[in-house]
Amino acid sequence: MRVLALDSSGLVAAVAIVEEEQTIAEYTINYKKTHSQTLLPMLDEIVRMTEMDLTTVDAIAVAGGPGSFTGLRIGSATAKGLGLALNKPLIHIPTLEGMAYNLYGSTSVICPMMDARRNQVYTGLYQFSDGSLKVLEGQTAIAVEELIEKLNESGREVIFLGDGVPVYAEKLREGLSIPYTFAPANMNRQRAASVGLLGLEYLKAGKTEPAEAHQPNYLRPSQAERERAERERVKGQVI
Amino acid sequence: MQKQEKTVCQWNWISRKVKGVDMCETKDVLILAIESSCDETAAAVIKNGREVLSNIISSQIDIHKLYGGVVPEIASRKHIEKINQVIEEALKEAETTLDDIDAVGVTYGPGLVGALLVGVAEAKAIAYAKNIPLIGVHHIEGHISANYIENKDLEPPFSCLVVSGGHTHLVRVKGYGEYEILGRTRDDAAGEAFDKVARAVGLGYPGGPKIEKLSKEGNPYAIAFPKARIADSPYDFSFSGVKSAVLNYINGCQMKGEPYNQADIAASFQKAVIDVLIENAMHAADEFGMDKFAIAGGVASNSTLRNAMKEACEKKGIRFFYPSPVYCTDNAAMIGVAAYYEYRKGTRHGWDLNAVPNLKLGER
Repeated sequence: MRVLALDSSGLVAAVAIVEEEQTIAEYTINYKKTHSQTLLPMLDEIVRMTEMDLTTVDAIAVAGGPGSFTGLRIGSATAKGLGLALNKPLIHIPTLEGMAYNLYGSTSVICPMMDARRNQVYTGLYQFSDGSLKVLEGQTAIAVEELIEKLNESGREVIFLGDGVPVYAEKLREGLSIPYTFAPANMNRQRAASVGLLGLEYLKAGKTEPAEAHQPNYLRPSQAERERAERERVKGQVI
Repeated sequence: MQKQEKTVCQWNWISRKVKGVDMCETKDVLILAIESSCDETAAAVIKNGREVLSNIISSQIDIHKLYGGVVPEIASRKHIEKINQVIEEALKEAETTLDDIDAVGVTYGPGLVGALLVGVAEAKAIAYAKNIPLIGVHHIEGHISANYIENKDLEPPFSCLVVSGGHTHLVRVKGYGEYEILGRTRDDAAGEAFDKVARAVGLGYPGGPKIEKLSKEGNPYAIAFPKARIADSPYDFSFSGVKSAVLNYINGCQMKGEPYNQADIAASFQKAVIDVLIENAMHAADEFGMDKFAIAGGVASNSTLRNAMKEACEKKGIRFFYPSPVYCTDNAAMIGVAAYYEYRKGTRHGWDLNAVPNLKLGER
């Protein structure tokens, strides 16, 4: 089986084509250019380099969120357009689960974290056991202090990765009472090959969706919706 | 692959001029068009630039009404939810498949950047997967091109007034895809002024159709709102003055405890805006000796504006063109028409096409 994978959830733009036994192509760019300018040219590059016939892929995996709202939509719209035109199903990979897959075989608790602004991180807790990735805590947006508290309570060794790490490294160093490490630079950001391999597992488990049904999982309502809900709540209290 | 395609079509275009036979015309050209610049998710299939095989529009207006205007992040989220269904419906209604589509046209600006990006990324992926040309289209060029759909004999050169919630432009269309801007608004777009006044009068969003409806019950001569003219550029517009005048008038009445007539305000405001639009347009007609004039954009569906413009054109012996209301508001059919003429000219965009929220008319 063959999966095309995309991740444009954060600063990194990443595309890959993977099979069970090998990664055929992987291309990562961690640069400030917008994903709109990079993602499809990158895909075009790996397709040409590997003389790939895209109709031979079985499914298209995409990091479906959380992440930058616009970045997620560029990835999702690209995946949806490819799915529609190639008549292939999509695989929605939770961004943080895909990142955790970078650290295959780690015995520590894996904690990917993305800077979610407003003093929060998008994070989740994962662990490998019996060769597969288990979700200990599903992805969510929480304050970094809350995360630190939770990790200290568990008492287990943790490995961190993601663009939230440099932002909150100081707070982590100060707050953590458990053993921890930071993942090295070859595996500490989104990787499309990981999204693709996890995608293969999802595909085998039948966890696909039609292209038209796919949409990102933002984990957060828009600011306007949040403010409106707050107004409605206050109004409800007054009445 | 893309480059080769471009050369071939340009060659055909040249060969038409040489031999008087259009090789591009030997086969029907089908364009799939996508539009997502604001709050409508739209897709259409256009045959040979003038025939609309389908025109699907999914409007988000009911959601944005809750917020009194378009919320960009919500608009973007709705686009991604709906875009595949809208495209699939457009193909189905046109009784075609992507295998028969010759090129994909997409609005890449101006508009809300997050909203535009959904259509652009989707269009790029489809064109890429199908190995067909991608053509980025300017939203306003799309609006102008809407006039080609129902007026089969309309060809450039002509002049066009584009009036919508985001734009007010007086444009000379010198050829297909060749535009010269004569005038533009210095502040609010005409449609924006309608929305703001509608909100002030208590009509809600969207303001255009509501003001128009209420105006029919009011006296357009009841209140003399100012008509702004820009001294050094006779074709430019300004609508923030008239909008402020309406707000001041309402405030004044409220402070004095006097009742005010909503319908009279709406009618008088609408007249002030329409008068300026027509004056500038007719001034340009005199100056440039035009014989064809068209209107486009959401506000062009305002029947009072259409009738007044028609009358003004008839007086001067100018042929007047306007699209049906469904082609005035944002739609993908107009984008497909504009894309067709770009396709014929050999315009091809690369896979790095980006959304350009402040894209200028005639810029590529």
